Amino acid sequence: MGEPAPGESWRQATDSGELLLVAAAGLLVVAAVAQTAAAGLVQPRIALAFGALISLGEVLRLSLEGGRESAPIGSAGAFGYAVVLTVGGKPALQPALQVIAVVAAGMVLGALPHLAAGRPAGLAGMASRLIGVAVVAALFRPLSTIVAITRPGDWGLALAVMAVVLVIGWLAECLIGALISADALRARFRVALWDEMRVQLPLGAAVAATAILIAFAAGMMGLVALGVFIAPLLVTQMAFRRYAGIRATYLETVRALARVTEVGGYVEDGHARRVGQLAVVVGRELGMSEPELLELEYAALMHDIGQLSLRDPIPGGATVLASPEQQRRIAELGAGVIDQAGVLDGVAEIVRYQSWPWRGQERQPPVGSRIIRAANAFDDLVGASAETSRTVAALEWLRLDTATEYDPRVVEALAKVARRRHRSHR
Amino acid sequence: MVTGTGHRSHGERTSKLSPGARLYVAVVVAAAVAVLARALGADSDLDGPVSQSWTMAVLVLLFLICDSAPAPVAARQSAWSPSSSVTLAAVVLVGPVGALVVGATSLFSVRRGLSLVQRVFNASMYGLSAWAAGQAYLALGGEVGPPGHSSFPGIIGPFAAAAVVHVLINHGLLWGMLLLAPASEPGQPRGTLQRYLPMLVLSDLGYASLGLLIAALWSVGGAFAAILVLMPLFVARWAIGQFAAQERAYASTMAALCQAVETKDWYTRGHSERVSRGSVMIAREVGMRGRRVEAIRYAGMLHDVGKLGVPTTVLQKNGALTEEELAAIQLHPMRGLAIVREIGFLDEALAGIMHHHERMDGSGYPMGLAGAEIPEFARVIAVADAFDAMTSNRSYRGARSIEEAIADLRKWSGTQFDPALVEAFVAALKREGWEQPRAATVQPADGVAVPDHDDPAAALRVVDSK
Repeated sequence: MGEPAPGESWRQATDSGELLLVAAAGLLVVAAVAQTAAAGLVQPRIALAFGALISLGEVLRLSLEGGRESAPIGSAGAFGYAVVLTVGGKPALQPALQVIAVVAAGMVLGALPHLAAGRPAGLAGMASRLIGVAVVAALFRPLSTIVAITRPGDWGLALAVMAVVLVIGWLAECLIGALISADALRARFRVALWDEMRVQLPLGAAVAATAILIAFAAGMMGLVALGVFIAPLLVTQMAFRRYAGIRATYLETVRALARVTEVGGYVEDGHARRVGQLAVVVGRELGMSEPELLELEYAALMHDIGQLSLRDPIPGGATVLASPEQQRRIAELGAGVIDQAGVLDGVAEIVRYQSWPWRGQERQPPVGSRIIRAANAFDDLVGASAETSRTVAALEWLRLDTATEYDPRVVEALAKVARRRHRSHR
Repeated sequence: MVTGTGHRSHGERTSKLSPGARLYVAVVVAAAVAVLARALGADSDLDGPVSQSWTMAVLVLLFLICDSAPAPVAARQSAWSPSSSVTLAAVVLVGPVGALVVGATSLFSVRRGLSLVQRVFNASMYGLSAWAAGQAYLALGGEVGPPGHSSFPGIIGPFAAAAVVHVLINHGLLWGMLLLAPASEPGQPRGTLQRYLPMLVLSDLGYASLGLLIAALWSVGGAFAAILVLMPLFVARWAIGQFAAQERAYASTMAALCQAVETKDWYTRGHSERVSRGSVMIAREVGMRGRRVEAIRYAGMLHDVGKLGVPTTVLQKNGALTEEELAAIQLHPMRGLAIVREIGFLDEALAGIMHHHERMDGSGYPMGLAGAEIPEFARVIAVADAFDAMTSNRSYRGARSIEEAIADLRKWSGTQFDPALVEAFVAALKREGWEQPRAATVQPADGVAVPDHDDPAAALRVVDSK
């Protein structure tokens, strides 16, 4: 039930960033496995128990918003293995490279059922999770002997060190995620990082706290602690799965229902969807964050919904050719419909001002409205056609009107993404 | 843990309690007080709570933090909070009586809109479930006090039993309350809670096991263990809250969009929502559950989306139709399907939308399916659809009464409608009632009389095109 990232079809053809990430993680795993094989597995029972938990967690992967993937149970197990100090009263002695090897083995094993079911292996997600664990293990394992030996019984110090190290590991994962999406979706890095941290924060906090609890509880209860922890994490995961599911259904439904204007003959086929995608990439180009983009996408998909209240469709459905009064009326009617929902006030606002010129009014329309205005005009003029000459002509048409009608920043961003699309089509 | 939460006004709530519900509350409270009084009489029971006053204080604080920030479930009828893990930790650390006291402090939780009766009921309910869980724990040989290395894994069995008992009694007592105290919005909340119940019970069992961890880490450092345990609890709470909020947002967005579709015809305002409600009533009556009910709710809502593809001039045409126009109307379920196909619905919901104009005798459209060939969802929607069309105003006739409409449904039962579903609907109508739409006062601009395609009495007619 993954929720596709908005503007999926405008993705770059080659995800060079992901490739690089997977290669780096692969090299790390090869080194870790070679070293562990040469030195021999330290405390194989502990390794086996944590490895099994990580596999299970990987089987129970979770889709988060924006097409992100997470494996909270697996991550908690992996981080727990990286920071565990004692198991059942005896010190845990695994070196950092062994942690990496065991976690990698658990992940690969857990990915097999996904492959068998015909789902993608999710290499990039696994790689970024592995690197997060590697950072924690590399920082903490050398410290663990010091923390455990110098102050036996003083849990405060151990707790503080664990917390700091886990936060660093979490930040590393967010950084990787942001780099990947900045590369694949052409998002601005700072915005992408912020989005990544926002989405990963709640689950990340739960995973880190659980990892620390596992580490301490294993010291007290032995490996039973792992078994006891599976149940509550499963519950958190279930809550998140349903949350992600309803989010995805929501978007799917709005996307589908936006098509009613097409079926009703009010607008050209695929118009709502194309304007939605174009608005999102333009918005991203202008540095909008994911929540803003979602609102923008909803507004773009529903921007013509007001036409349903017209007794007869506008000939050809192209609002760009309708009179300003009529455009304004359609926008008002559409915003009225969306206001009815009571939960999409931002969306209604964007739809309401979509017909406003960007300058010369008593107030400036929100940036979302300006984007939709330009994207709608562009699509009305170009349609589904991929001809360069039509695109160029449409852009020229928009540029001529940047004095009052279309926001020049939006038009330039639109020109940029249109150029990019033509390059990748060739 | 699940609590009954308030409506916005206290007085309204208390005055609405039926005599049965009042008696029920009184019995639960009396039981809790009796248990506490007996414990106060026996000194040995008090050893745990009194000698560990510091532990008790931290537990109470922890419990109140958890209990004060519940996630609302199912339209303000009840709320979920992860506080059960704290009461279960109390069972291990301070024994049944201490746990009872911890649970009973729910009386003082910082929540707005709770009436005194509700607070007292919640406190008694928590106290009783905690105490019973403690008894189960002791009965299976669990030891009271912070567990050490040697306690594991032996402690797990008694603790699991305590958790199960706790969840059962908590949900059982609340269930009784919900059954006795009718909700302010008839028909809705009980069903909604039913949808969430499996998730809530599982969550509670899951978080119960965290109680063991609070207890296990207590000797290491009570407060710090508690903070660590709180983190995943509140994340789960956050996710459940988000889920419920998204679901509500989804439902209202869907309703708004359906209403937009209905603007084509003044007379069908609210039709989709009512058909959705009627379909759900039938579905529940014939024993559908969970996801299927959800699917039929949305299928009912969206069943006429395809009407948008029918030109307005045809929809509002007075009198007989040409062959072409008839075909346009008969294709609307297919067009609806084309729109909603991409939504991740159950296939059943799609079939329901596509076939809601089939008739049992095979004379319907678009496929002319007959009898059991017609998907169940479609047969359900057909009944609710026709019923709402008959009980609503149309430009060419006034709304019929519910009794007349039921008589008509029965008349066409077998030829047009599935008899079993008609009877199920009648039974549900008798119990839950039906809110007829207010009479439409707005006339269409051109004032034409339009036969509704949903109206079983106003069959579509074709003009002789020659």
